[in-house]
Amino acid sequence: MIFHVLANGGAGGTNLDPIYAKVLFWILAVLAVSAALAMILVRQAVHCALMLAVVMLSLAVMYAMQGAPFLAFVQVIVYTGAVLMLFLFVVMLIGVTSAEALKETIRGQRLWASLAGIGLTVLLIVGIGHAAIGTAAPTTSAQGADNLTGLAQLIFTTYVFPFEVTSALLITAALGAMVLAHRERTSPKPTQRQVARRKIESGQVQPEPPPGVYALHNAVDLPARLPDGSTTDRSVSTAIAQRDMQLGRDPQASETTDLAAEARLESERQLEAGERGREDQ
Amino acid sequence: MSPAAYVFLAVILFVIGGVGVLVRRNAILIFMSVELMLNACNLAFVSFARLHGNLDGQVVAFFVMVVAAAEVVVGLAILMAIYRARKSASVDDANLLKY
Repeated sequence: MIFHVLANGGAGGTNLDPIYAKVLFWILAVLAVSAALAMILVRQAVHCALMLAVVMLSLAVMYAMQGAPFLAFVQVIVYTGAVLMLFLFVVMLIGVTSAEALKETIRGQRLWASLAGIGLTVLLIVGIGHAAIGTAAPTTSAQGADNLTGLAQLIFTTYVFPFEVTSALLITAALGAMVLAHRERTSPKPTQRQVARRKIESGQVQPEPPPGVYALHNAVDLPARLPDGSTTDRSVSTAIAQRDMQLGRDPQASETTDLAAEARLESERQLEAGERGREDQ
Repeated sequence: MSPAAYVFLAVILFVIGGVGVLVRRNAILIFMSVELMLNACNLAFVSFARLHGNLDGQVVAFFVMVVAAAEVVVGLAILMAIYRARKSASVDDANLLKY
């Protein structure tokens, strides 16, 4: 049905049955509001981004239902496609390791924020309710098949100056992002010789120990075992260690049980070998 | 569905976004809440465009989308710069200008 609506260039009441429009509206409204609530309550940044994607997609369908097929597609392509992917990239770069602090820095902040939210909702709903919004004007072809032509005509005649300013804004934003994200190298790049000398001087010529060769366990959050039997925390990425802490896991505990299990296995093996030796005699 | 229902939905989404800005401490999540508020405004603009039977509201919503895209690009770049300097994306840690 959604595709039908979109293919018809949006249906602000033109070719969408009012009952269908009502049912679709309520489904999407409940979906959008619950996803938005989940977005401000969920702890993980990635989950927040996915919830925001749900809200944006349901709003895109609502645009299509309201006779704005062009905006519906722009919403999917620009917002859900580009902006949200940018968010996800940044979350992957910095957000995953930065745990959301649960401690309130301002006392009673959450309580007051929700009270303010409820107050603003009541104020806006009462205000808009008093404005007595009537029924929609009869749909013109501008909200159906001619939506794109109508928008183009408006943008390039009435709104041509804001449109040109927008281009300046976009160029400025792109330049600003490049300047802000650019990192100037303050020291010259070390040559191969310098890297080699630093490694020799640091006393550790070989690369960082990987979990594997002497490991008892193949989980990445377990510290690697060195040839002398001791463990090293340097093999565990800090992000993984932080995540373990967030989830309340203790890799050290499973490691000690593993070591105990290995010792038990070893003693059993020796016992078995001893018995076999006795049988042979 | 009458445009009023869409406007009320936009109000609810806007307020949820505002509460998100007030409550969250991670700067990325604050940005996401701002995006939610901008989206709610867009929904209201499109609803009003249908209410009046012309396309002006849709054009304004289109401009809001463009400006939001620019804002996100610059904002996330600033966030990256702050994270590089302070190793944290929490708004509580960016307190250098605090008296």
